[in-house]
Amino acid sequence: MKARLLTLLAFLTLFIVKAQSPEEKGIQIAKEAEKADLGFNSSIAELKMTLKNKNGQTSERSLTTRTLELTEDGDKSLIVFNSPKDVKGTSTLTFTHKVGSDDQWLYLPSIKRVKRISSNNKSGPFVGSEFAYEDLSSQEVEKYTYKFLKENNSILTVEQDPVDPKSGYTRRIVSYNKSKGYRIEKIQFYDRKNALLKTLSYSDYKQYKNKFWRAGVLKMVNHQSNKETILSFSDYNFDAELSEDDFSQVALQRAGN
Amino acid sequence: MKYNNLIFVVITFLSIPINAQNDDHRKVNHDFELELQAEYRYFFNEAQFSGQESHFPALAIKPEYSVDWNKGREQINFSGFFRLDKDEERTHWDIRELYYQKAKSSWELNVGLKKVYWGVIESNHLVDIINQTDVVETFDGEEKLGQPMVQFNWITNKLGTFDFFYLPYHRKRTFSGIDGRLRFGTVIEKNDINYESGAEEWRQDFAVRWKHYFGIFDVALSHFYGNGREPLFLFDNQGNTNAFYPIINQTGLEVQVTHDAFLWKLESIYRDAKTQHFLALAAGVEYTFGNIDGNGLDIGILGEYLYDDRDALALSGLQNDVFLGSRIAFNDTQDTSILIGGIIDLDKSSKIFSLEASRRIGNSCKVEVEARIFNSIDKEELILSNFKEDSFFRLSLSKFF
Repeated sequence: MKARLLTLLAFLTLFIVKAQSPEEKGIQIAKEAEKADLGFNSSIAELKMTLKNKNGQTSERSLTTRTLELTEDGDKSLIVFNSPKDVKGTSTLTFTHKVGSDDQWLYLPSIKRVKRISSNNKSGPFVGSEFAYEDLSSQEVEKYTYKFLKENNSILTVEQDPVDPKSGYTRRIVSYNKSKGYRIEKIQFYDRKNALLKTLSYSDYKQYKNKFWRAGVLKMVNHQSNKETILSFSDYNFDAELSEDDFSQVALQRAGN
Repeated sequence: MKYNNLIFVVITFLSIPINAQNDDHRKVNHDFELELQAEYRYFFNEAQFSGQESHFPALAIKPEYSVDWNKGREQINFSGFFRLDKDEERTHWDIRELYYQKAKSSWELNVGLKKVYWGVIESNHLVDIINQTDVVETFDGEEKLGQPMVQFNWITNKLGTFDFFYLPYHRKRTFSGIDGRLRFGTVIEKNDINYESGAEEWRQDFAVRWKHYFGIFDVALSHFYGNGREPLFLFDNQGNTNAFYPIINQTGLEVQVTHDAFLWKLESIYRDAKTQHFLALAAGVEYTFGNIDGNGLDIGILGEYLYDDRDALALSGLQNDVFLGSRIAFNDTQDTSILIGGIIDLDKSSKIFSLEASRRIGNSCKVEVEARIFNSIDKEELILSNFKEDSFFRLSLSKFF
């Protein structure tokens, strides 16, 4: 009788584990990925953006990005354009929120104007690139609903559906690498008609401070327009010890001068 | 030459902190940029006043230099400007900026010549008062002369940002010369306009501004006490004109509400001088239809109402007007953008249409096109009637180094 009970208990336990729904497993993976990146505090990186049209002609932009990690609400970021020279110093300050629209300010150095801008147009391209604003904003767990799809060796594939109806996507298929701190290897974006729109591949990963994985190269290919954009990150600095003071509107103007 | 002396004083002051820098933060970054611009302005109507030309080829040189150290927490920024134009009054040079900056976690200090922008409205700039407008440079009033100042910013998390200004020197406006367009029947010499204040340009002026944001609300309140930036024109019964820079108190309010794709804006001033008290207000909305074609095309619609108590005496001519416009951004690799609009007088027939477009060429050039059309300007317009034949096209090409 006792043995029977134990078998039943073992079976039940197995059932419960098995019973974790794909939705639960999906969100669990997203949370693991978030946890693995917790505690970087702040970072500064140089970014070179190469835009390639369907004929292979390229144009470049260079930017400096500063990020401040916040746990209670979304991260803060400050992006400064260094080239092309006619837009040098143009900067954006973004306060991402886990729920609701982000707050965003734009600094125009030629007339020294700080302008609050709408973050509503998230599906629009960032400076003519294949990256939409929503692809570059802080990836908070709360911004998607999840569905675990499959596990292949250490690669976990999760479908993510944006919560915000203003998103340009119906879903994203994200590949996490479980053995490398749940870093993202690839994202496929499906447009509003549920057709494959873009693929983003992460490469040249480096681990900083024995914990934080950062890709050196992000390549976004648009399958519908045949255009692509490559982001190359360099000079990652996790020791700058930035604080909220470095993400004020006064700091925004200072960064753009 | 007083102004040159002031620049010398500023430079001497600026050189002190460089020697005082700390060894730990020795890493010094230098940055030099240069913009060369060729411009052509063509006024296609026959001139209203004798001596005025129609074709204005021009060149501009804009060098910029900045140096920072102490992890960017100390900087010196320089921005110069030289314009060579057929109109000798428009041929001018200026130090737009030359200042030392020191930043700490909750404050920032700026000493020297600097530009500061206040305001939220697109078609008129009421609140913006720190810098004198470089009137001969552009029609929209967005080009400014460098203003000597000590600016102290105090940044708090809960109470917002407080900005204090000490402004020791006033700079006069330059008006178009005899050859130039966009002028009055009689040429106004810069030095013909005097001051109400006995201290003249050396009157010690002050300003303060508080700015904060609460969710979707951005709010600013400001007060300025000193030599007005706009000259005051008084007309007596004998037809004489008396123009001077009055001592003014000006309180300004700026509000913007950013909700979805809507930007709701309000800007208002109350200006108080011995001979003039008035209220001016501008309120408007901007809505952007984003990424219309899935390729990044953004079309924004703007509507603004402009009111000014001064009525006919408003230098801008915007006493009871509506601005309607559209901002088109292609978000392409060349950053192509167009702003078109019209200001329509609600009391009179006067209308001003405008177009501004720009596009980058290659990696280091930029082309700009501008048009201003004065249409059915009412004879009663005290200011604008002088410009009624001054519709123009402007083409400029810039090369950045």
